[in-house]
Amino acid sequence: MTPVSPTGPAGSASPAGPPSPASPTGPAAAGAVTAVTAVTRRERAAGIVQRSGAYLVLALVVLVASLAFDSFATTGNARNIAIQSSFLAIVALGMTFVIISGGIDLSVGSVFALGGVLAAYGMRWGSLAAVLLPLAVCGAIGLLNGVLVGYGRLAPFIVTLATLLGARGLLLVITDEGSITRVMPADSLLVRLAQGSVLGLGWPVWIVVVLFALGAVVLNRTRTGQSVLAIGASRDAALLMGLPVARRTTLLYLASGLLAGLAGALAAAYSGSGVTIVGVGLELDAIAAVVIGGTLLTGGAGTIGGTLCGVLLLRVIQNVINQIGTLGSSYQSVVSGAFLVVVVVIQAYLSREQRL
Amino acid sequence: MTETVPRRSVDRAATRRWLRDNGVHLAVAVLLLYNLLFTANFATVSNLTTQLVQVAPVIIVALGMAMVIGTEGVDLSVGSVMAIAAALLPLYLGYGIVAGVVVALAAGAACGLLNGVLVGVVRIQPIVATLALLVGGRGLAIVLVDGQIKDIRNDTLLEFGSAKALGIPLVVWLAALLAVAVGLLVRRTTYGRQLVAIGDNRSASALAGLPVRRVLIVTYVLSGVLAAVAGIVATARLTASDPSSIGNLYELSAITAVVVGGTALTGGRVRILGTVMGALLIQLIRATLIKNDLPDSIAQIVQAAIIVLAVYAQRERRAGAS
Repeated sequence: MTPVSPTGPAGSASPAGPPSPASPTGPAAAGAVTAVTAVTRRERAAGIVQRSGAYLVLALVVLVASLAFDSFATTGNARNIAIQSSFLAIVALGMTFVIISGGIDLSVGSVFALGGVLAAYGMRWGSLAAVLLPLAVCGAIGLLNGVLVGYGRLAPFIVTLATLLGARGLLLVITDEGSITRVMPADSLLVRLAQGSVLGLGWPVWIVVVLFALGAVVLNRTRTGQSVLAIGASRDAALLMGLPVARRTTLLYLASGLLAGLAGALAAAYSGSGVTIVGVGLELDAIAAVVIGGTLLTGGAGTIGGTLCGVLLLRVIQNVINQIGTLGSSYQSVVSGAFLVVVVVIQAYLSREQRL
Repeated sequence: MTETVPRRSVDRAATRRWLRDNGVHLAVAVLLLYNLLFTANFATVSNLTTQLVQVAPVIIVALGMAMVIGTEGVDLSVGSVMAIAAALLPLYLGYGIVAGVVVALAAGAACGLLNGVLVGVVRIQPIVATLALLVGGRGLAIVLVDGQIKDIRNDTLLEFGSAKALGIPLVVWLAALLAVAVGLLVRRTTYGRQLVAIGDNRSASALAGLPVRRVLIVTYVLSGVLAAVAGIVATARLTASDPSSIGNLYELSAITAVVVGGTALTGGRVRILGTVMGALLIQLIRATLIKNDLPDSIAQIVQAAIIVLAVYAQRERRAGAS
């Protein structure tokens, strides 16, 4: 049995933090109160580290990298990291919501690739179709995930594992077993949008900014967001409270599918063609980013900003390894894996601290 | 269930339970019969042998996966562990076949130990704990061989990959032997009972004084060692060590085999025969579709549908139990 995580000082869930101890009622209570305060202080410290640890590490890594490599702290490189992060960030945003609700979406990598291929396929009818087609199909896959998890009550892990395979199969069908790579014309609106930039940042980066701002508002300021947190903390309790658990869950997986499809379409437009082999293992990067960002895999707690930070951290590490140059890309996965272990171990101890 | 149920629904529940427990055997039997009768070039010794050899490493990995899933866990790292074993093999074969195999198996055990400690002692969710090694393991394997594909020149190992005994390849014998061993381990030993009990209810098992941590660690170590064995088998078959491709996506095949075989993802139940049958079923489905000139993409979609159906059957069990 996996222990259900405490809602505790769950980041945005309880902005007020732990309740302050009641005023002492007599001299006898004084000792007890001091003990309580001590515990809450530790709890609070653990909570802060859990929520902001990723920012701290990111700042440190960026600082060290800037000092170590002349070519790191340049506008060109920063722009590069930003655009490389943007596609993963869009996928990770959907993943964050799914994981906060206590689920997981393994299908995003395949859906991402499918979205890209469909965008290139839909280009024959114009840029609008090149966006709408992937959104429709990827949304349908997300909806299928959601219905099976939300209403069918099947394990999210296995449902999305099935759609991981299914979406990849669908992709192979429309590309003649992966042998066709459709090129997207460079003068089309979608490609110009994906490759263009405004105020020095690429359009995909701005899309990320808007989506994450929206995501943060939805999670922290709307009923939907709060019910997602509640479902993740305890599905049974959420049901008893009368929350529309099945409907919310379905919505989350639908959103995750849509976002993965959008990211895939944008990435394809950015690279100018619908490549079939992209997105393998992207779900792992997205999950890693979400976990590094401080979202608990047990559900019920998490932040949107943390995920963005996790994405940036992964991409900065990738960039640094590229800067070193002599190291192959294999080192990057070794470092990412090791990093993930360290983060989850720290998280496990921190959330235990909070549980005290 | 305490409430009284009408007799007909009892019968239906019984049918459903029978289907859930034996559906995989039925499906394998039907598909096998269909292929033997109607698919051209299926009922030949060479084809049947090829199919068995192809499925052998999947079965070996799935055995470990079945035990891990029995503890309500999952081991995503098996494919990467296979790659690590495959990468280490050519590096140590110079010291002899025994050294090469021992080092590869030890590496598998070490990977399993890492997973087991993260899950059992640090109490990290199995998905994330093993995800780290899935991400990092393959990278490590590629780094170990400098990104090259190394030929295997050890005759004993090559012999093991291609030789037959009683008309059946040694690789298949090994998979069958391991299946029996793991089956006995789960059914007949104290460890096996403890494993199932922990999967059923970890807290209750801990309260009952079972060595929860030790059993979890041992289970992940066994899964790692079995994955290493599969890595060695795959390398011997390929006659080369290629860490960037060996074991790729094996975690998915293994999980599918286990789930289709009737081992619930919720833990507390390990079905070894079902797991072997699950692996065979997937292999048969692919073979059927491919031999009937349907592309691999369709095979993949069908496999996806079968996974969902299998879990759907399990869902009914859970609904009936609560």
